[in-house]
Amino acid sequence: MTVEAKPILEVRDLRIALPKGSDRPFALQGLNLNVHAGEIVCMVGESGSGKSLSAGAIMRLLPEPHVTVAGGEITFEGEDLLAKSEAEMRKLRGNRISMIFQEPMTALNPQKTVGWQIDEVLKLHMGAKRKERQAHAIEMLKRVHIPDPESAYNAYPHQISGGQRQRVMIAMALALSPKLVIADEPTTALDVTTQLQILKLIRDLQKEEGAGVLFITHDFGVVAEIADHVIVLRQGEVVEQGPAGQVLNDPQHPYTQALIASVPDLLPPPHKPVTTRPTVLKGTGLRKTFAARGGLLTGKRKAVVAVKDLSFELHQGETLGVVGESGSGKTTVSRLVTRLLDADAGAVEVDGTDLLACSPAELRGMRKHIQMVFQDPMASLNPRKRVVDIIAQGPIVHGEDPEKARARARELLELVELSPAAANRFPHEFSGGQRQRIGIARALAMEPKVIVADEPVSALDVSVQAQVLKLLAELRHRMNLSLLFVTHDLRVAAQLCDRIIVMQKGEVVEAGFTAEVFADPQHPYTRNLLASIPGRTWTPPYRKTDAA
Amino acid sequence: MKPTIPPLLIYALRRLLQAIPVIILIMMGTFLLLKMAPGDTVDALVGDMGGADAAFIARLRAEYGLDQPIWVQLWRYMVKLATFDLGRSFVYEQPVATVLMDRLGTTLLLMATSLSLAFSIGITLGAFAARRAYSLADNLISTLGLIFYATPSFFLSLMMMLLFSVKLGWLPVGGIKTIAGFYTGWDHVVDVARHLVMPTAALSLIYLSFYLRLMRSSVMQVADQDFVRTARAKGAGETRLMVHHIMRNALLPAVTLFGLQFSTLLGGSVVVETIFTLPGLGQLAYQSVIQRDMNTLMGIIFLCSIIVILVNFLTDLLYARLDSRIELS
Repeated sequence: MTVEAKPILEVRDLRIALPKGSDRPFALQGLNLNVHAGEIVCMVGESGSGKSLSAGAIMRLLPEPHVTVAGGEITFEGEDLLAKSEAEMRKLRGNRISMIFQEPMTALNPQKTVGWQIDEVLKLHMGAKRKERQAHAIEMLKRVHIPDPESAYNAYPHQISGGQRQRVMIAMALALSPKLVIADEPTTALDVTTQLQILKLIRDLQKEEGAGVLFITHDFGVVAEIADHVIVLRQGEVVEQGPAGQVLNDPQHPYTQALIASVPDLLPPPHKPVTTRPTVLKGTGLRKTFAARGGLLTGKRKAVVAVKDLSFELHQGETLGVVGESGSGKTTVSRLVTRLLDADAGAVEVDGTDLLACSPAELRGMRKHIQMVFQDPMASLNPRKRVVDIIAQGPIVHGEDPEKARARARELLELVELSPAAANRFPHEFSGGQRQRIGIARALAMEPKVIVADEPVSALDVSVQAQVLKLLAELRHRMNLSLLFVTHDLRVAAQLCDRIIVMQKGEVVEAGFTAEVFADPQHPYTRNLLASIPGRTWTPPYRKTDAA
Repeated sequence: MKPTIPPLLIYALRRLLQAIPVIILIMMGTFLLLKMAPGDTVDALVGDMGGADAAFIARLRAEYGLDQPIWVQLWRYMVKLATFDLGRSFVYEQPVATVLMDRLGTTLLLMATSLSLAFSIGITLGAFAARRAYSLADNLISTLGLIFYATPSFFLSLMMMLLFSVKLGWLPVGGIKTIAGFYTGWDHVVDVARHLVMPTAALSLIYLSFYLRLMRSSVMQVADQDFVRTARAKGAGETRLMVHHIMRNALLPAVTLFGLQFSTLLGGSVVVETIFTLPGLGQLAYQSVIQRDMNTLMGIIFLCSIIVILVNFLTDLLYARLDSRIELS
């Protein structure tokens, strides 16, 4: 890495004030950073660390007057950005400083074509004729490797895939060869294979253009993949910064060490002799097609095969992972086995009884044997009920004495490492990780034979994720739980699952012991998935340290 | 290659097919409801004449077919309707279709002006208020909107009459034109416009407040979305943001409301037309109920159903044009 003398972007002692009554007076306290030409600086931190607001401050797009820059300097190519007028800033934005956002779904205007939206940047800053601008836009679409750029130019955002939308965002951001690109979690919402492609694309284009990139992320795997320089933020304060290799492999600050230790490593657990134990959950020939809708008088929609002929066995005390990218049908599987969705064909046997053949009354009785932990811990708990009632509700419905059920709920809270005082509070008073613990306690209250967990840690910060995973592993060991674990995150799967099923487009492409699949993947799709894990070549140090 | 039918035509045909059962159900329901109300045309006629003997009344009933069982009457009416024959009005002694066409113009004029005024002014004010949310201007606009929203149209009409016609004498009290004026050309247009000012204002102010409130919240919601932030990061100015990014998306709910309101506006015009003695469909409907002029009443309802269905169809087309995510198929 050759570092030129003068950085493109210099931030000195930046402070951002939050409105009165927030949990802390400053979102950001004393941020110092340099971005040089041709350098990728990664800003890492968990939610609430102030990393997105610092991007807002550089673009001068903070939600003023609620959040304001309280002090410090931002110098871009020798010019003081904070002293510029709004009109001067407008000339810079999209032209010499540009930004890539997280959600490709919502960051593009749904009512305008892709071409129109790229053209907008050109119209604002380029001052060329329509024909020239169009040629340039199509050239940009070509450079971000969008298939058939001419037709994509006229497409609306909903007509192209999520990965392609993010490519359009990048084409838009790089259209005028900006000196500085700020990328705010640009790959977080994407599948791993797409994520890797996008990261490569950003890296390549940045090299060609020689631009400086300020890359904001929460994912150390992504950092390992792309960063030259790393800044670690916690609660608005910089705890550590330095060259990527140094921060990743030899972190100095305890917080960085804890964060890195929380990254699930890619070494699967050793074999357990699980296949010899009795089967508790068995799926045979499961199939689900979301039927074509419509007919004579209404619009038609094509039929979608979500799950094609899926069979699996889950043994007692075992964790079976179902992994795949979006659209692979893994969530449909979790809904089929819990009969939240009716399968078209096949059987789900819980302890020898076919769940799918049960009458509604029998089904109600069977429900307590198979429980679910959901992805979004905010949306899956009733906001109007106290925690103790949320947990005790299931057993009470199944005929347990309310007093006993509540006493048991308090015990369960202790089991998931929450204080008993939590029992009388409402879900919104808890953090995401704590809510997920409540969700787990709720599932355990029924004393189920099987727990189906659908992406239970995907919405959590990495340190919290590590804690919840640890809790799950402990509970599994202590209570001899059988888990069906649905996830898109191969690192998480590697850490927790004994066996995994890899799904693609509703079909199982590979199944086996996690260690074996990871060590020697047979199917090309599995190989591609494994090769796409960000930072796969980087082994986090401090693996065995107790996480945060 | 076989000739392809344009998808729009297929869509229109399908909507037409869907409309037929709707209209049949509306007509049957209204017919039965009206028959359930006590008294019929003959009662009203005889009442006007000041009484008649029983044999005459029976003969009159037989002549109008009112002595038949209700389902026979219904069948006869529906068969006639199938050939677009709306029958004769016993009060006006003319075919119903002629009576309706005489009145349709006034009502459509009133409705089109009120609704387009309400729509355009409501949207402009709503968007303006949203961009200056919680400022003095916003509070003023929102409070005024709330007042209009809460005021019944008859009250508004009477107060306007009191102020502008009785006290100030600026505008005529009622009617569609000055009867003894015999104006022609532009004078006629100005005369009609002067007569329509108050009814239009009374009718549109309430609907205006709907659009205002909807647009205000819609603009505020869209302004918070990611793509607006993207556009800002591209260096777009406030005007550009408003015109290309915010309004385009914020208009969609207002268009939906436009279609829905057309039907309620027809009902609202009954009150306003009656108060301002405008010779429109609303006033005709009111008189037909009083005089038990069954055929006219049914004709009005038939016409209104068709107008509402047509407007809803046009709204859907407009919506599909505005929202690129919706495809007509």
